Amino acid sequence: MNKLLLPALLSLFVLACSTTPLPEDGTGAPVETRGGSTAVTPVAAGDLDASGLPRALTDPASTLSQRSIYFDLDRYEIKGEYQSLVAAHAKFLVDNRGFKVLIQGNTDERGSREYNLALGQKRADAVKRSLLLLGAREDQLESVSLGKEKPRNTGSGEEAWAENRRADILYRGADLRGEF
Amino acid sequence: MLRVFRSFLLFFGLLAATLAQAQLSIEITGAGANRIPVAIPNLAGDEVAARIIAATVRADLERSGLFSLVDARDADLDENSPIAYADWKSRGADAIAAGSVRRAADGRMEARFRLYDTQKEESLGGAAYVTGSDQLRAAGHRIADFIYEKLTGEKGVFSTRIAYVVKSRGQYLLQIADADGQGAATALTSAEPIISPVWSPDGSQLAYVSFEKKKPIVYVHSLASGRRHIAANLKGSNSAPAWSPDGGKLAVVLSKDGNSQIYLVNADGSGAPQRLATSTGIDTEPRFAPDGSLFFTSDRGGSPQIYRMAPGGGTVQRISFEGNYNVSPRPSVDGKTLAFITRRDNRYQLAVMDLTSRQVQVLTDSNKDESPSFAPNGRMILIATEIGGRGVLSAVSSDGRIKQRLSVAAGDVREPAWGPFLK
Repeated sequence: MNKLLLPALLSLFVLACSTTPLPEDGTGAPVETRGGSTAVTPVAAGDLDASGLPRALTDPASTLSQRSIYFDLDRYEIKGEYQSLVAAHAKFLVDNRGFKVLIQGNTDERGSREYNLALGQKRADAVKRSLLLLGAREDQLESVSLGKEKPRNTGSGEEAWAENRRADILYRGADLRGEF
Repeated sequence: MLRVFRSFLLFFGLLAATLAQAQLSIEITGAGANRIPVAIPNLAGDEVAARIIAATVRADLERSGLFSLVDARDADLDENSPIAYADWKSRGADAIAAGSVRRAADGRMEARFRLYDTQKEESLGGAAYVTGSDQLRAAGHRIADFIYEKLTGEKGVFSTRIAYVVKSRGQYLLQIADADGQGAATALTSAEPIISPVWSPDGSQLAYVSFEKKKPIVYVHSLASGRRHIAANLKGSNSAPAWSPDGGKLAVVLSKDGNSQIYLVNADGSGAPQRLATSTGIDTEPRFAPDGSLFFTSDRGGSPQIYRMAPGGGTVQRISFEGNYNVSPRPSVDGKTLAFITRRDNRYQLAVMDLTSRQVQVLTDSNKDESPSFAPNGRMILIATEIGGRGVLSAVSSDGRIKQRLSVAAGDVREPAWGPFLK
């Protein structure tokens, strides 16, 4: 039984890894899979990792580790493919009323700086409104815009632009370096 | 000894390189078709001062794209010399300016000159300017303004100043320079973005948006004293300041109620914001026209377009209709023309609209134009654009014929704002 389950679990984990990017600082990886290790670290909700966030938020296998919602050019409606992501964060915020998030809206580098600042705000507000509708409380949410001033991808071209048309859900604590 | 000399050279070489990086350099990439030929001989008197002033006048006139310079290096004239009109006419000069510069009793420099029309064979008048010996270029700009106005019939802008933001090595510098890009001084340095600088109508203050407190806040900054105060810092984002024509108020964009909307605040930061427009979408980039009406960008019709609100918060009328992205409206000082940024085939370009006929003309063939700003005489429009992946400023004449490029060696330049006429 165990012999069958372990490889299955591991392959699930590897699969999840290939589709979900790791957090930049790498602290979210609960399992060392390199070098043929067979160790499995159990994950429990409420368990805090090194960054001070529940592992549920940083486990790459969890939808909650995905914090970015991407938008079409000039648009600020949340696309269907991100509904489950937003719903997962709403559920976490409902289940964990002590947690707060900052939602940062961003745009690509093209066009007016001021219009982009307003557009980024609209994107952040769209995420905030969805979270509110799904049960999160106003005092758990803050939305701000960085416009086009802080691109994640500093390149130019369709790929960079698509990556920068984005709203990020950042949990207060280790996700944020300093208060905004 | 040689080594000392070498390190001296090195020192000055480095110094020169540092200075060069801080200065905007200007390149003319297009000029008007019918340029007025003028002769600007060296001034008489103090040789060093004369050279600085004459070089400034020549560079100003040439850079405007409206004049061509007739060689006059061999002339030995001052403001009282008789002018050999036939000679200058045969050399192709329609006008000639002659003058001198001397040290006055108080140690300051006095520049005098007179301008002559070689066709009509008469004087067009003259002037004298007294300046500190470190302000000789300012005297040159004044002389160039005089010549420009007499020969074109419109006021010159060589004595005006421009503001812009340089992003260099992770720092944002709000800089002020002469209209020719020289004499750059840094008014504010920040590790966070600075955007949307705008000059107060009297040219003594700048309003801008700074992210230094990790969110956009509107500041008003007095340039001479360096003192500044917060004009708008409410919950959410505070941005896009625009001065009222009398300089007492600012239209700003606040997201305090969730949506980016336009409000009026007192420029001194006192009192409560007063809502100017209401929409369920984005309203931003307000700009007052001289008659008190307000241009702004809104997506209330489904795409970002330019609207105009009648003076005093009256009716709102849509102004732009071509294409699905028209932003950053900037009315000219006479209120007759609107400069803005339009998207055509995924390229963001400077355009102007004749506000009477509603005729639109795209003035550039670039990809990423931003932040247009009219010269106070309406002749040129300063924009931010991108060349070779680097932010540069470009000045384009409102008929699209003359183009100048201004760039800083060590960084990206953006967010230009052309200041008003000097009082």
